[in-house]
Parts: sequence; structure tokens; C-alpha cells
Amino acid sequence: MSSSIESLVNKEYQYGFVTDVESDTIAPGLTEDTVRLISSKKDEPEWLLEWRLKAFRRWQAMTEPHWSNLKYAPIDYQAQRYYSAPKSITPLQSLDQVDPELLRAYDKLGISLSEQKHLAGVAVDAIFDSVSVGTTMKAELSKHGVVFCSFTEAVHNHPELIKKYLGSVVPYSDNFFAALNSAVFSDGSFCYVPKGVRCPIELSTYFRINAANTGQFERTLIVADEGAYVSYLEGCTAPKRDTHQLHAAVVELVALDNATVKYSTVQNWYAGDKDGVGGIYNFVTKRGKAHTNSKISWTQVETGSAITWKYPSVILQGDNSTGEFYSVAVVNNMQQADTGTKMIHIGKNTKSTIISKGISAGHGQNSYRGQVKMLPKAHGSRNYTQCDSMLIGNKCGAHTFPYIEVANNSSITEHEASTSKIGEDQIFYCKQRGLSAEHAISLIVSGFCREVFKELPMEFALEAQQLLGITLEGSVG
Amino acid sequence: MLKIDNLHATAGDKEILKGISLTVNAGEVHAIMGPNGSGKSTLAQIIAGHPGYVVTAGSVTYEGKDLLAMPAEERAQAGVFLAFQYPVEIPGVTNAYFFRSAYNEVRKANGKEELDPIEFLDLMEKKLKLVEMDEAMLHRSVNAGFSGGEKKRNEILQMAVLEPKLAILDETDSGLDIDALRVVAGGVNALRRPDNATIVVTHYQRLLNYIVPDFVHVLAHGRIVKSGGKELALELEARGYDWVMEAA
Amino acid sequence: MATATNATGEAYEQAFGALRAQGGPSWLPALRREAMDRFSALGFPTTRNEDWHFTSVTPIAERVFKVAPTRSGPATLSPADVAALVISDPDWHRLVFVNGRFEASLSAFAGLPADVRVTTLADALKESPEFVAEHLGKLASGEGQTFTAFNTAFAQDGVVIHVPGGEIVEAPVHIVHIADAQAAGAGIHPRLLVVAEALSRLTIIESFASTGSFGAPYLTNAVAEIEVGNGARVDHYKIQRESTDAFHVGTTQVRQGRDSMYHSFSYAAGAAISRTNVYTQLAGENGETRLNGLYLIDGTQHADHQTFVEHLAPGCASRELYKGILDGSSHGVFNGKVYVDPVAQKTDGKQTNHALLLSEHARVDTKPQLEIFADDVKCTHGATVGRLDEDALFYMKSRGLGAENARALLTYAFAAEVLETIEVDALREGLEALAFARFTQSFGEQR
Repeated sequence: MSSSIESLVNKEYQYGFVTDVESDTIAPGLTEDTVRLISSKKDEPEWLLEWRLKAFRRWQAMTEPHWSNLKYAPIDYQAQRYYSAPKSITPLQSLDQVDPELLRAYDKLGISLSEQKHLAGVAVDAIFDSVSVGTTMKAELSKHGVVFCSFTEAVHNHPELIKKYLGSVVPYSDNFFAALNSAVFSDGSFCYVPKGVRCPIELSTYFRINAANTGQFERTLIVADEGAYVSYLEGCTAPKRDTHQLHAAVVELVALDNATVKYSTVQNWYAGDKDGVGGIYNFVTKRGKAHTNSKISWTQVETGSAITWKYPSVILQGDNSTGEFYSVAVVNNMQQADTGTKMIHIGKNTKSTIISKGISAGHGQNSYRGQVKMLPKAHGSRNYTQCDSMLIGNKCGAHTFPYIEVANNSSITEHEASTSKIGEDQIFYCKQRGLSAEHAISLIVSGFCREVFKELPMEFALEAQQLLGITLEGSVG
Repeated sequence: MLKIDNLHATAGDKEILKGISLTVNAGEVHAIMGPNGSGKSTLAQIIAGHPGYVVTAGSVTYEGKDLLAMPAEERAQAGVFLAFQYPVEIPGVTNAYFFRSAYNEVRKANGKEELDPIEFLDLMEKKLKLVEMDEAMLHRSVNAGFSGGEKKRNEILQMAVLEPKLAILDETDSGLDIDALRVVAGGVNALRRPDNATIVVTHYQRLLNYIVPDFVHVLAHGRIVKSGGKELALELEARGYDWVMEAA
Repeated sequence: MATATNATGEAYEQAFGALRAQGGPSWLPALRREAMDRFSALGFPTTRNEDWHFTSVTPIAERVFKVAPTRSGPATLSPADVAALVISDPDWHRLVFVNGRFEASLSAFAGLPADVRVTTLADALKESPEFVAEHLGKLASGEGQTFTAFNTAFAQDGVVIHVPGGEIVEAPVHIVHIADAQAAGAGIHPRLLVVAEALSRLTIIESFASTGSFGAPYLTNAVAEIEVGNGARVDHYKIQRESTDAFHVGTTQVRQGRDSMYHSFSYAAGAAISRTNVYTQLAGENGETRLNGLYLIDGTQHADHQTFVEHLAPGCASRELYKGILDGSSHGVFNGKVYVDPVAQKTDGKQTNHALLLSEHARVDTKPQLEIFADDVKCTHGATVGRLDEDALFYMKSRGLGAENARALLTYAFAAEVLETIEVDALREGLEALAFARFTQSFGEQR
């Protein structure tokens, strides 16, 4: 290949700075006492502590799963710290009380939390290590009856909703990482959109890991009541550090009858350096339950993390419900991703669409793992899966592991997959029209991902496209 | 404008061009004909800068500059255009976006201002008429799912947009029915000016009924074995390539 | 992982001990012992094993299949019986095995080129033990493969084919395995070893059939090892139409040289549980593999196909087309994997897998996998599961065909696409007739 395709190297990771704040960080290690300590720091009710302890005991009896196509050194769970919060944050404070140093950190990330300057049309909950810094536009939202706040706040102000829905989609016993999260989760976002309400603005949570040697274990719960609509976006970044940090999140979505939940992720955790030193280990359980006539749509752009293990899924419980999964996953250097989705068709006439685009560069290994399951009573259901991989350079890999299980004869599943490289002929064609090699690559890559980008809210589609340009820079030259 | 002198080139271990010399002046149309495997397309690709060939001897001078020293995109920016024999598909990238990117790169390289999407669309409307194409095709992915004829027309459309000084049409007539052939040829003729030149690479004479060449060269086994005026093409059509190859 | 209880393990160990007395060349006992140890250590796979995720072999694991008995009296089958049980042609070379034992009286394979050797495994062990030693158990080592190790430990007979360089074997070699009532409760472990040297040409047809009724299920556990030399071509048809009292496990392990071609077709319509593995390695440049298959199952049958194509050299092509038609509460599984090694640039891989569910209770699990470590490759797979196209049905009905006829014709057409890939005319016509009859029972005189 023209000298090009092998070298466009990583631009500096833009979000790798460290914010200097004094933090209240607990000692490394995980015992029942750690769980109790976290719960008491959050002043939680007894029932929640009990739930955490049940999860912890369950976790102790489980072993870390290794069926994925990921290779990493064993994780020492006792060497992690499970809670770290800036001292300047007091629980349930309002945004104008926030430490200016933290606001500056978010400004640097391009997120303005001050009420005057924040992005029009988007409400932001900012999570810094183990706590929420604050949530914008709450007043505007409450006019519509929409609850959008940190998880901790929701436990205090809306315990009945938390009690009803926490663990209803991802039970604490679901898997090793979900059990770990259930035991030690520190904060996250909670959203409830009441019956018939179309949430007028985009909701978003910005996750930032700052403290060293500390894991982030957030928990997000979104409930769209009957006929409601909500679109939600999460973003994530972390400083450059030369040790791996653990991130094990759980996201639960509930779409009641006729509701729609659209959940978008732009994941840009620190990926480690070109030799694989440092970077986030990202083990995430995301799942939604779709009731009758409802729709849950996952869109993800995964460019960061040293290790990504996540399968945003939809349980198509109600008749006529719809599940969607649109994904772009990029790995470069030593990154590894094992990601995909599960679409479990239970109700009649349920529909699911999976569009997965994997891009591998450097020594990156990208695996798509997806399950489409049509249960016996899911009459008349349909799935369409398209799963394309692009390879840049010859040291990377692309793998697809689809599981298609059909147990009734009125359903139809279609699965297509392809793997290709950015063709020398494509680059030459572009160059012959006057474009540089780099311009050609970014053009070809964004064309490859177009079906997914068009699912993202406009502002974020641009961000994602830029992010992709950065991530792949250096893989082509 | 273009001076090729004793050009030798290889692909892998195989020598394909074995000493080509050719001069093309502004305002001229040259046809390069020859049997399959004679090296016609290789010559076209080398002028455009395809990385798959190695020039082992000789030179190519374009407007006084060493063309072979320029990367492919610089050649394009300097006005060298190749209409591909097999136009490449780029899924997901719209024609409109692709054309505008290319157009602006060429403008930028020539110190001109870039056009914004609205201005560019106005320009496109005029150009589309030239090749009798519908505006809808601007919103389709570059060549993806195009029929053979559509792809070739799309090449000529790009040529119309980029307005090259030196255009090389590599077997643009292959795979075209007679109607499409006339549209394509009409487009090429409309773009002819005293200050630009065209090289038409073709196996058959029929395209030359519509794009009338000033010179015809016959390429065989990597060499130009005969040159002449437009009547040479007719003679080739009547007598076949064996005749020139024997005569040579 | 072992699900075999200590009792079944001991029973097999005992049976194995009894077989050892049978002799053979000096290296054979060691090979068998190693296989037996591997078989014991691995045990039967459970559904926790990724490769067996959708297929439970508990019904096989919980039984002890005795060594198939040798015939004591005169042959019970006539050549006419054989002809009625399998699709055949008088021009084909024929080797017939009943309950795993060779029947010379039913076999005929004269007229082969002089250098080409086609013999039973038992004879090859006597006549050319060095040749067998050099090749047996090399491609199918049984590493990590319970059933292959099981076969190596217990194989009683089989076929050895050696085609020297440049030899062309025009007529197919037909290997027929028939189980009769005496096979009840037995395990039959046929072995096939094929060495096709450079620029040679060979077609093999393996037919598996049953006759009579079985008081207890029997197990066929076949293993084939096929070496395809540089520039050689081997066509391999496997027609499995065993009794639904049978369990059938078959593993074919292939290694291909440069510019070679291996073409496999698998037809599976029989057995209560069947598992057909085709594993090929494209070890030399520009080789080509074609793997096709059709399975037709009904009732509570379970048919599992697993393919694994390893592209280990540049410029190779692989093409796979597997189709299944399922009725009743049958369960079909397709697990196809294509692996592209970092050196295997310019690989062109295409895998297609379609299943048609005729009944409400039939079930299909499909897992088409791509594992790609080279960048200049073109690999695709496509899989569909569904029922007959309603539009096509409507179209045919609107042209006056009855619903049943339209359905039957479309079902047959679905199968015909893959049957067309069979290049041996008599075999293709035979299978087409079978499929046609199966789907047009109510359709009478249409052909």
C-alpha cells in the first residue's frame, strides 16, 4: 500500500489531563465493610444497603467470565479503590456551589455546567469519579415532570421509583461485573419521563474518571413511562495514567407501553499508549426492557478504553416492540474490543435491527459478538443484522461471532457480514481527484460509518466524526 | 504540455512499457489504441501516478515539471485527470460530498477560494446537464451500485467539474451501449478547449467516430509501433491489429 | 467436562483392553493407547463447550456402545439390497461395509489405474503398514476432539486410498456403510484415509444407510483424513441417510496444498442426532475449498453441521453454501467458522447459510463466525432463517397452483439450489428425486 496506510499516529489524547482536587478516597480493597462504607457515605436507606450486600455475597461466589476474545492480565479486585470523591462536593448541593476547579475541568472537556453557558437543548449530569458534580436544566425539565438527577439524589427523593426499577432489567445476579457494580456502585444518573411526555431536550451524562487507582462503578436507570419519549447521551473520558483502571457500569432502560428510549454513547476513555500501557478496562452491562409497542434504540461510538466488554441489549418483551443497535467500534494500537448486542424476541411481531461497524488499526483486535434469539412465542418477528469490519494495516484483527437462535417458523432473521480493508484502489481514486491520503482515509471511514452516525443527535454526530478522525490518525500516513 | 521520453515501466517482475515516447500539445486529442495487454492502460495509470508500477527508465515532463516526482494528488491538483477504466466504489460517501472535496482541494492548490455547498450545487446543476444525469445521483454513494454506464458518465461528470488541462480517458467506451457512448463523447467534446489536451485510450475505433483525434498511436508489446492521423484508426478497424504488428 | 460416568469409562476401557489382543503393526497399539487416553481424559463434550453449545450428546454419553459384532453366518444382504438402500451407479468403484466390517462379496473396485491403491484399512495395515503409519492420525490427531480420539481407539476397519502424483481416477470410489439389526447397541467407527498426491484427481462418495429395525440405538462415529496435494482435486460426497434409531458423528479433516481444490458436499437426512464436521486447512497458495451441504430433518431429529476453514496461505478462496429444511420439532444447527491467518492475504471467503422452517416447532441455531488477522481480504457471510416467501407463494397461487403444490415446489426449489452443486450426475439426480418425492408426496405425477 502506498506508504500511507501504516503510520498516521495518535494525536495526543486530548482529555488526558488530571484535575488537582483534594479527594476523599477510601483505602483499596473490597469487603463487606467497603460496601457498608460506600452506602453510609451516601447516607443510603437500609433496603439499598441490603440489596448491595446481597449483590456482594453473590459476586463473591462468582468467577470472572473469560469467554470473550479479550486478553488481559488478571485484575486484582483487592488492589482497586472503590470510592473517591472531591472533598469540595457535598451531597445534593446545587450547581452554583460547585468548586470552580471542577467547573474548569468540565470546561476543558468542552462541557459547560454553568447555567448561562450550557449547550442549548441539552441537560447535563456531570459525574466526577464516584459522585455527581451537578445536573443542569433541572428546573426546565421539572416543568414537564421529567426527573433527571444523580442516582444518589434519586435514592433520596424518588425511593419508590428506584425500588421498583433498580435491578428489574439487570438483576444483581446477572453476571460477574453486574454483581460487582450492584455491590459498590457509587453514582450515576437517573431519569424518569412521566406518561405521555415527550422530553423536550436531550439528556446527557458526562462521566469523568480523575483519581488514580480508582475504579468507576456508575449505575444509570432510565424509565420512560407509557407513551413517553426520551433521548439520552453519555460521554466518558479519563486522564492518561500508566496503570489500568477499572470501569464496570450498569445501565438499565425501561420503556413501558408505547414509549421510546434512545440511548447514545460516545465512549472515549483513555485507551492506553501505543504499547498498551495504561488505559481503562471497560466492562459494562447495558440492557433495556421494551414493553408493548415500545422502542429502545442503542447507538454507540466506541473509540476509547484498553479493553471494551459490552453488549447493549434489548429484551423485546411486549408485542410489537422494537430494538435497535447501531455501533461503531474503533480499535487502534493495542486496544481490544469485544462488543455487540443481544436481541431477545419474546413478544409477537417484535423487530430488531443491528448495524455494527468495526474498524481495526495498529495491533487492535475488534470482535463483534451478537445474539439474536427468537423464542417460540415470538410469532412474526424479524431481525436484520449487518456487521461490517474494516481493517487498516496488517497487524490488526476483526472477528465476528453471531449467535442466531430461532425457535418458531413465522420469524425471519437475516444476517450479513463483510470484512474489507481500505482499498489501495479507493485511495488512489481519491488521490487522482486531488485528495491527500489522510483526507481520503477519513472520507472512506466516515462513509463506512454513515449508517450509524446518522442515528446520533446532530451535535454528537459531528463530535463522533471528529473523534474518529483523531483515533485513526496515525494508522494511515 | 506533456512529453514522454523513452518510458520503461514494470509491474512486479514484468516489464510492461519498453520505451514509450510521446508529445502532446495543448489543444490536441491523441488516441492510443492497441490490442489487449499492449500496455495502454498501464501508460494511463503511470501518468496519473498509480503506485502499482515502477518506472525503470525514461521521463515524463508535464508543463515543464518532472511529473513522475509528483504524488498522485499533486498531479490531479496540477490538472491531470484520469477517467478510470474501472471506477472505484466508495460506499457511504455521497457524490456531492466527494466532488466538492475534490473540487476544493484542486481550487486550494491553485490559490483559489473554496466553494461552499450552496455555490457548489449551482455549479453542479450546469455540469449534470452535460452528461444528462439527474440531480438525484449527487446524493448516491460514489459509484456504489451504479451500472457500468452510470459509472462512466460519473467519470465524465467529475472531469467536467474539475476541468483538467490534461484528461486521459482509459477505455471509457468499454461497457457502454451506443446511446451512453454518445452522451459520454458529447460531454468530452463540450469540454475541449485550445488550452487543454485529451488522451483517449481505447481498443475499438467506434469511440473515435465521436471524439475525433488529431493523432492515433498504436501500442503493442509496450512500444508505439505506428503513429498517424485519424485515418489510421479506420484502417485498424478494417484490417485488425495483426496488420500493424506485422508491419512493425 | 467429562460427562461419562466412571462406570461408562470403565466399560470402554475394558472393551478397549479386549481389542488390543487383535494385533496389527507394532506402532498401532501405541497410537490407539494414546487415543484411548485422550478419549478418557476429554470425556464427551457438554453444551458448555462452545463447539457443542447447541448440541447435547447426553444420549450418546449415557450409553456404552459395544464393539460391533463380526458376522458369523452367511451374508444377509444381496447386491440388490445394497442398490435399494443407497444411490449408486454400476460404473462406480464400490466398497461395502456392513456394521463396520468389510463385505468382499458386495464390493467391486477393479479397473482402477495400476498405481492407484484402494484397499480396506485392515489390508493396508498388512500390505503397506509404513504408508499407513506415515498418514494415519496425522490430520485427525484427536487433539481436543473426543469423537476423533474415540474413533482412533476403536476403529475396526475402513478404507485407504492412495492416488500417486498425476493419476486420474475417473469413476467415483463409492464407500457404502450399512448398519443392520445386529448393529443395535453397537458403536461403529469407520475410518477413511485418502492421500491424493500432486496433480491427481479423485472423487469419493460415502453413503451411510441402515436396514431393518433396531431394538437399541447404535452409533456411527466416522473419521476421514484427506490430503490433497499440490494442484490435485478431490471431490467428496457424504450421504447420510441412517435410521432415526442411530446417532451419527462424522469428522472430515482435510489439508490442501498449493493450487489444489477440495469440494465437499454433505447430505444429512437421517439419524436421531447427527453431527457433521468438515475441517479444512488451505495450506498452500491459491487453493480453493468448496463446502456445500443440505439437511432435511423432521420429527425430533437433530442435525448439526460444523465447518472450519483455515486460510493459512495467500490467495486462497473458500465458498460455503449450507441449507436446511426443518419440519416437525426438529432442531438444526450450523456453526461455520472461517479463520484467516496473518499471512493469508488476498483471501476470498464466502459463507452462506439458509434455513427454512416448515413447522411451528422446528428450531434453528446458527453461528457463522469470521476470524480475520490479515487485512487484504474479502470475507462475507450471510445467514437467513425463515419460512417460505409469502410473495412467491402468492404469485404461484395467482398462477393457478394449489397452496400445497406451490409450497412443495418452493421447498424443493430451495433444496435444488444446493443440489445443483453436485457434479456427479447419477448422485445429483438421485438426491433430486429423493428431495422431490419428500416434498411433493401429495403432489403425485409431476415428474
